[in-house]
Formats: sequence, structure tokens, C-alpha cells
Amino acid sequence: MRDMIDQHSTEKSDVVAFRIGDQDYCIDINTVREIRGWSSTTVLPHAPAYVTGMINLRGNVVAVIDLAARLGMGQTKPTLRHVVVIVTFGDQTVGLLADVVSDILGIGEADMKPLPEVGCETTRAFITNVITLEDGRMLRKLELSEVLPRRAEAGL
Amino acid sequence: MSRDALRATFFEECEDLLSSMAEGLGRMVNADTPVDIETVHGVFRAVHSIKGGGGAFGLTTLVEFAHVFETVLDQMRSGKLAIESGAMQSLMRAFDVLSDLVAVARDGGSEPSQMAGILAELDALAEAGPGGDDGAMDFDFQPLTLDLGDLGEAATPAAVAQNSYSISLAPTGQLYARGHEPAAFLRALGQLGEVQLFPDTAAVAPLSQLDLSDPQLRWRMELTTTATREEVDAVFEFLGDSADVAVTDRMPEPIDDIAPCPPDTVAAEIPTATAPSTPQRAPTANIAPVSTPSEGSVSNLPIATTIRVNLDRVDRLINQIGELVIMEAMLAQAVASAGLRDNADVSTSLDGIKQLASNIQESVMSIRAQPLKPVFQRMDRIVREACDATGKQVRLVTIGESTEVDRTVIERLVDPLTHMIRNSVDHGIEAPAKRAATGKPAQGVITLSAAHRSGRVIIEVSDDGGGIDRPRVRDIAEERGLITSGAQLSATEIDNLLFMPGFSSKQEVSAISGRGVGLDVVRREIQSLGGRVTIQSVPGQGTVFSIALPLTLAVLEGMLISVGTETMVLPLSAITETILPDPAQIHSLGPTGRVVANRGDLVPMIHLADFFGLQPAEGDGAAVLVMVETDDGRRAALSVSAIHDQRQVVIKSLENNYGAVKGISAATILGDGRIALIIDPREIVERATLEQSPQPFATLG
Repeated sequence: MRDMIDQHSTEKSDVVAFRIGDQDYCIDINTVREIRGWSSTTVLPHAPAYVTGMINLRGNVVAVIDLAARLGMGQTKPTLRHVVVIVTFGDQTVGLLADVVSDILGIGEADMKPLPEVGCETTRAFITNVITLEDGRMLRKLELSEVLPRRAEAGL
Repeated sequence: MSRDALRATFFEECEDLLSSMAEGLGRMVNADTPVDIETVHGVFRAVHSIKGGGGAFGLTTLVEFAHVFETVLDQMRSGKLAIESGAMQSLMRAFDVLSDLVAVARDGGSEPSQMAGILAELDALAEAGPGGDDGAMDFDFQPLTLDLGDLGEAATPAAVAQNSYSISLAPTGQLYARGHEPAAFLRALGQLGEVQLFPDTAAVAPLSQLDLSDPQLRWRMELTTTATREEVDAVFEFLGDSADVAVTDRMPEPIDDIAPCPPDTVAAEIPTATAPSTPQRAPTANIAPVSTPSEGSVSNLPIATTIRVNLDRVDRLINQIGELVIMEAMLAQAVASAGLRDNADVSTSLDGIKQLASNIQESVMSIRAQPLKPVFQRMDRIVREACDATGKQVRLVTIGESTEVDRTVIERLVDPLTHMIRNSVDHGIEAPAKRAATGKPAQGVITLSAAHRSGRVIIEVSDDGGGIDRPRVRDIAEERGLITSGAQLSATEIDNLLFMPGFSSKQEVSAISGRGVGLDVVRREIQSLGGRVTIQSVPGQGTVFSIALPLTLAVLEGMLISVGTETMVLPLSAITETILPDPAQIHSLGPTGRVVANRGDLVPMIHLADFFGLQPAEGDGAAVLVMVETDDGRRAALSVSAIHDQRQVVIKSLENNYGAVKGISAATILGDGRIALIIDPREIVERATLEQSPQPFATLG
């Protein structure tokens, strides 16, 4: 852990990396409030398929979003091994369902590569950059403002 | 404290003062009971405090108006002006202007238009009293006449800004033993200003029994001086404990109030630290931006036992208590599953915590509750203004103004109530001539009452007017196309037409209640508070509007139900009954519609699990039906898998982090920490009836 922190220099930004299926994703660490284990959710009627349900986060009602479903990779059947990454974006707090949190990494601006010209439009909207790691893995940086359901359409 | 903060404090105090004024004036107006002079004093002090505070902030218009107001009140309390209805009407109107002026000073805006007229009225009243000369409008220092009661002497009014002190001197034997001479102090005081000396010989024994070591001779002095308090105190500085000296800033009140007290009692009762400032100082003569807020308050007002707290903090506390209750329930479950429930120590402690947590929750909830009084007080003015505008005579009677309701409810109640009161004056009460013709007293009565009834607050606005003119209401509704002509309507249905959008029964748009907002707005506002409005009317005898409101918006009394595999909460206020239907009671209607026959009524059935798109639970055939009735009287039978218990749940917003959900009003957290959704019966009934409405032929093909 200490090594990890020491690697960080000023021009680097920290990201939380997690795994969905066999793909690695990451989000800016500043948006992350906490990481919790999976707990059962309350089903929300009329919600889009990617909204797993609501959980109780210390007295607040928070929606959990199934990232796999949101990214078009099929719905997750959550188990106790799954994690919920609680993020705050704007004044909205939302939980993101992921398979496992793998790393906290410092990424330099130079390592952020533009998204190659592949994939469908929705994928391109959700992912801003890709980062190739030394061990050959590829991190996909998520754009939270696109991933989170907008309040107005949430009710539809 | 910054100047802005001081200013905010001043306006907060003004609110309190205006409210106590309204109360006092209300008592003075009430002709049934003799006016207590203390009430007049109280109103006077309130105006005076507003004037004093206003002066410190340079609010010239407010100060000038308050001064004229105060002058009239001063003459009333000194008995020079009779407290009769004509004068009181002027005072009530002056009070309205004063409230407006405070609002203008706080929020900006233009001075109330009627101010000039009221000023003239007040001046006329002040002239009527013998001391009328000091009611003039120029605002240099105005001497106040000091009524010295049985002494029959008036203090000479001072020419410049002066302080006036009441000093009592009660020497002990030690004073003389140490070689002091009271006369020396009195002379020293005489050098500071004008002194009036009143010896108190009441306790002095006859010469034969005189005990020289225990002198009983006392003095009371009225000092009018330009000297400061410190300079006056300095005179008695080296007396030490050899005499009881009390220096108090003098109030311009009859001396009788103070005189009966022995001087040492006065000293004990009015500690110098809380002594009021010198009211005789004209505010413009001493504009001190740093003047402390306490200077404006008067010691004789009852000490307020309230504190001002930011509402956010209370809400935070309420949230935390809610969590505590949830944690407690989770702990209880954990204890039970660990098999420790049989351990007496554990279960006793747990029960103790449970009891405590629910007590705390109740106490915290009561913090948010406030009496309806301020709202009711405002209605007085609404009635007055509406009467002036319509030329009707109406008296407002309020009952149960101490009834407590959640603060947010109170705030949102002002507009609907205002509208209803105006409506009652404008449409309910008849013109005086018409009232006389029907043998009613010329003055109409509107009664505004509040009471707690079965977990709700019932607020009623009733008038003794002519009742709803049903044929006319019907005609208007037909004219506006709200109903088809010749439709069969019951009396209640006609009454309820008043709540239809676009209905305004007054022929010409009147200045007070015909502002384009109708009773439909009132109904919508009340419904958004989770309440309902009903109307009852007897021709010739009057109309009663009843508002039923929940006690709080933060907690809801609900029934826990199972919908499919989910647990949900249904507001208890909507439930009329629950039934286990016999299959023979259920009839199909069209391809999907089903109705249930319940005691002769056919009520549409809504399958909740289907409605929410949830997995139906097994054996759903034996479902329970919960009969609900919405605020606008629509009924439905909600088919649910099971009903559990009934409990209070803390309402948690869904909109904050997610958004609105169809058929769901909010969420709550159950004892096991899980979220349960709170059903909005109204939306479900509305949506379900929409979906069941027949499709046009074109879309079927």
C-alpha cells in the first residue's frame, strides 16, 4: 500500500480499479465514498433493468446500479462476494455493483489514452479513456455523469 | 456579532413582539372581558421595543410610526384615552401597518399605502387625549409624562436626552457608625441632575421605641440626569455593605408598580445586569449601531423559555434518532439469532434501550411541532382586510390555537387558510342588510378551530353565513362546462364543484378572493401536505370547511404489507378496511378488469404485484384485499399477498438520490435495516383507472 502511495506524484490522479466480468474499469477516487460488501436490495418497481434496487446506507436510501447491465454485458446475479462502490456525483449518491475491487492506482495524465474507434455508441459514451498497465491489463475509465441514471428519466 | 447578525436578531425579536402585540390587542378588542391594564402595558412595551430596535438600525419610517402608535397606547394605559371599539379598530389597523413596516424594513419594498391614513387616525386619537401635544410627528426628543401616582406630581420633562434613574437607599446602622451622612449622598446626587426625594418612613418606630442601631428610615429618589449609570453608581461606591442601594433605570410607568415594594426587594428583583435601558431616550438621539439586542427588550416581558435552532440541526437529529431506532431493532434481531434472548440481563437491557429509543424519538419529533397560534393570529388581519374591502362586519373566533403541528405543515398552511378565510368573508357571510333581513346579527362570525383527532389535526373554518347557494353553483358549473346540463348531482357533489379548477362563483372578480386562484388551489395544497378538505353546508345557516392533516411530514402511520416477495408500506390514512374476499365477491369486467362486491358497492380491484411488475408470491389466489379511499373520494381494492403489522415509519426521500417512482411516494427503513417502499394509493388508483379506460377504436385495429 505504501509503495502504491509513494508512486503517486503531483501530476498523477488516483483511481479505484474494479473488475466487471473479465474487464477492468476504474473511476476517479474523489467520487468514491466507500466500498461495501453486497447486501440484498429492495426491488424498485418500474426501474430500468440496470437498477438492482435500493439499499440502506446509514439511514439514506441509495440506488444500486448493476454496472454490467448498464454497460450492456448482461445482468449480474449478485453474490456475497460482489461489492458495491458508493459514489457521490453532484448531489446524488449511488452504489455501483462490481465483481471485485482490484486496486487503487495513481495514473499519470500521459497514460490516459483516447478510446480506440471500436464498440457501439453507448460504450463510447460511458468510457472516456483507456489505460494500459505494465502487467498487460487494460483499464477503462468510466464517465460517471453518463453511467448514473438522470433523475428526470429515472422515474420513467 | 456582526451587524447583519444583529439585524437578523432584531427582526426575529420583532416577530415575537408583533405576535405578543397581536395577542394583547386581541384581548383589548374583546369587549366581553374588562381590559387588564397589564395587557395595555404589554402592547405598549412591544411597540416601544420595536421602536428602540428600529432606531438602532436607522429605520426612520418604522421608528416614526411606532412612536405615534406608542403615544396613543401611552394615553390609553394612563387612562386618558378610553379603550373603546373605534379607537381599537384604528389600533388594529395601525398594527397591520406596523407589521408591514417591519416586513418592508427586512425585505425591502414600498411602504404600505394605508400608512398615511392610519397615521392621521392615530394623531387624531392622540389629540383627543389631554396629553395630545406630544403626539406630534417631528421626531426630536419627545418628553413623556411620568405619572407618579398617589404622589400626584409629575416629573419635569427633561430638555435633552437624559437618563432617569430610580434609586433606593436603605442605610443600616453601620452607615451611621462609620460616620457617613446620608444627606451628603443626596447632595452629591443633586449635583448630577434633578432629584426628587421621597422618604419612606413607614417602618420608622415611634420615638420612644426607636432603636438607633437599627435605623428604619429609607429614601427613594428619582434622578433625572445627563450623567451615565457609572457616574451615578460612583456616588455610592464607598458605601460598601453599610447600606442597601439599588439603582435602576427608570421605566416610564406609574410609580405605583414599584412603590409598595420595600427598597431591598426592588434591589433583589431588578438586578442591575438585566435592568432595561432608558426608554426615555429618543431613538434618533442615540443611534448606536453596537446597541445590544437585549437593550430593546423589556424586563417585564415574561422570560422566553425558547431557543432558536436551525431547522437543519433538528432534522439531522431526527435522522440520527431514526437510525438509532433501526440499529436497536437490528441489535434485537442479532441477539435473538445468537440465542441470547432468554438471558434475562440481555433482554432487560435491550428492552430498556428500546423504550429509551422510542421515548427519544417521540421527544425529538415534538421539537418540530409548533402551535398553530401564529397562523391563526395572521388570520385576524385577513378578516379585517377582507371586511374593509367588502363592507361586511365579521368577527373571527379562534379555538384551539395551541394545537401543535409539524413546522413544515404550519408554514404551508398559511396560504390555503388565508384563501379559505377570505372566501368565507367574501362568499360565506352575507352583507349586513341581508343578514338583518334574515334576523341574524349584523356582525357575522367566522370560527377557526383546530383540534387533534385520531392522529390527525382537524382545522375547521366555519361561518354563520347563508350557506352554499346550490342552484347558483350548479348554474355556474354548467355555464363553465364543468358538468353537463341536467346531470343528476347530490348536494355534496354540488358542494364539491367549488373545488373544481376553473370554478369561481363570484359574478365579478372581487379584489379579495377572486384572484384567479380558486378553492381548487386550496385543495391541491392541502393534498400535497397529505391532508384532505371537505365541505359541509346548511342553507341559511352557514358553511364548514374541514381540513384534516397529518401531524407530521417526517413520520407516517403505515400498514406493512407483502406485495409479491417485497414488503411495502401503505399509509394507514388511506385504508378504510381489509377484507378476505370470497371468490363469489369478485367479478371480471372486460378482459383484465376485476371488481369486488363489498356490501353492495362495486369497487375496482388493483393487483399490486402486477401493477409494480413484481414476481407474484406463491398461492396468490388467497390474496387479501385492502380497501383504500383517496383524498378525493375515489376507492379501490388493492390486492396484496399478506398484511403484517401497523407501525410508524420514518419517511425517506427517494428523489434525493434517485428520482420519482410511479406509485411510490417515498421509502422507509425497516427494523432489519432493509428498505421498504411507501405506496402512494392516490397515484395507483389514478393510474390504474387510466389504464383500464377503453381504448379508442382506431388504435385497436
